[in-house]
Amino acid sequence: MQQAVIFSNISKDFPLDGRKIRVLDNISSDIRLGEMTMLVGPSGCGKTTLISILSGILSTTEGRVDIMGAALTDMPDTKKVLFRRKNIGFIFQQYNLLPALSAAENAAIPLTAAGVSNKKALARARALLEGMGMEGQTEKLPRQLSGGQQQRVAIARSLVHNPKLIICDEPTAALDAKTGLQVMQILRDIANEKNRAVLVVTHDNRIFHFGDRILEMSDGRITGDYTTEDFLKKEHIE
Amino acid sequence: MNKIALKILMGDKAKYLGLIFGVSFASLLMAQQVSIFVNLMARTASVIFSVSEADIWVMDTRVRYIEEVEPMRDMELYNVRSVEGVKWAVPFHKGLSTIRMQDGLTQQVQLIGVDDVSLVGICPEMVLGDERAIRKPQTAMIDKNGYVFTWPGQPLELGREVEINDHRVIINAICSITPNFITFPTMYVSYNTALEVAPPTRKKLPFILVKAQEGQNLQRLKKRITDQTGLQALTQNEFAWRSINYVLQRTGIPINFTITITLGVIIGIAITTQTFYMFIMENLKQFGAMKAIGFTNMQLLRMVLLQASIVGLTGYCIGIGLTALFFEVTKDAPALQGFILPWQVMVGVFCTIFLVILLSIVFSLRKVFKLDPAIVFKG
Repeated sequence: MQQAVIFSNISKDFPLDGRKIRVLDNISSDIRLGEMTMLVGPSGCGKTTLISILSGILSTTEGRVDIMGAALTDMPDTKKVLFRRKNIGFIFQQYNLLPALSAAENAAIPLTAAGVSNKKALARARALLEGMGMEGQTEKLPRQLSGGQQQRVAIARSLVHNPKLIICDEPTAALDAKTGLQVMQILRDIANEKNRAVLVVTHDNRIFHFGDRILEMSDGRITGDYTTEDFLKKEHIE
Repeated sequence: MNKIALKILMGDKAKYLGLIFGVSFASLLMAQQVSIFVNLMARTASVIFSVSEADIWVMDTRVRYIEEVEPMRDMELYNVRSVEGVKWAVPFHKGLSTIRMQDGLTQQVQLIGVDDVSLVGICPEMVLGDERAIRKPQTAMIDKNGYVFTWPGQPLELGREVEINDHRVIINAICSITPNFITFPTMYVSYNTALEVAPPTRKKLPFILVKAQEGQNLQRLKKRITDQTGLQALTQNEFAWRSINYVLQRTGIPINFTITITLGVIIGIAITTQTFYMFIMENLKQFGAMKAIGFTNMQLLRMVLLQASIVGLTGYCIGIGLTALFFEVTKDAPALQGFILPWQVMVGVFCTIFLVILLSIVFSLRKVFKLDPAIVFKG
């Protein structure tokens, strides 16, 4: 399977009270197209730092990251922003929708940032939202939508510019169980049907089975790379 | 992108109105306080500005401002008239006198004596009667505010009798003037009547008003007058500014007003900075999400500048509008009569407001620029 992301020997240090704290310690792995990869591990193990580095938001202290064949770690910050805008979609735990914008306008933001005309961006965003069962909801403000609907808008926002890599940070954390499963099914379909790489950071063991592959982290290291079946067996999850 | 910026700005109506209110209040505070101060200071020279016919004021060299009168000898008028380039020169009396009314009460007035023939320096706007009436002996004209102040609640009418230093004077005209700094009623009489009713002194001529011949250079004419007569000669503007500066430097009024204005400006700046800074800070997470999604710092800067321009311009217009409305509503109140909103104040307030907004943008955008977009991954 083709690799969307390859990261090799990544380390990340943060300064604290005059010393350096190593948050990621020499980790390597990859994220593949057509797969949903789950990144799991206890709080503070470095999951958020890893996805921040893979999305070009944080720089590495050591190591190299390649996304779709481009060396992210060699890019200057301004180029990283433009690369991120074009190639990566984000889904956040708290949705992070702009409260003053309608669902369609929120979903269209990556296209707007890229300079696509308002009309084209909104048409594409509406089509995506309607494809996710949001007919009649596209002009509503986020506060008029349920949590599940807001997360769908966030998913549409992550897809509107057609990126190959989708990074999801605890996408079900703010949702009830039923809505969480629905959202995960949408993400799963995106990974499999559209040949995209979907990386999901989660604590929620109820959604592990949606993944094709699970990377386990502990104390800044990747301690396991499992198929979902193997991982569920290891963790004794039904 | 501009649409997004405007929607973020106006999306929360309460916050948006709070921002507009803050900037409007700051503009109002600054524009109103500074205008009142400027107008009040201009009143110190209102007598000078009201004599529009003269180019040059001639006076004793010891005179430092309009309220300080050092009379000259009568013959100085002829000396000034003999200077080359002088078209005409007329006497002008200005002093304080006490009038006694028929009921025995007294009132201090500013007594202005203008040349009997030309009436140069007379109040230009009549309310009742005819200014030429003061050519008659023992006749005076009083300003409307002074009349109301002296005879409160009584209708404006001509023919009232008052005493000035035991001389009977009849008020046969009422005019409207720009109120002066000392706020006493202003009474106009002919120069000869002024000499008659004013307390007797050896020298009697306070000021000489000079009109230059066509094409004369005023600075050269002033120098010729000083060289030939030994008197002090100042253009209208020079004398006005000297009077304003004297009040600014020698009295506590400007200090008090400066404190008020400074406080007004500081409060205005604080409100504007605080409200705009808070607006940016409250939207920090949204900016973080936008940065993560792929907005560049320059795009965010453009959005914030647009938001700041809208808030600044709207708030400024409302503030200036309210200031203008304030002066319009209070235009008949004697204390504020004639006060205007000078264009220089409008420009100054505009620059201050936008400078303040720019500074608050610089401070708050530093946070946005340095903002770690990873903030959006932190729940």
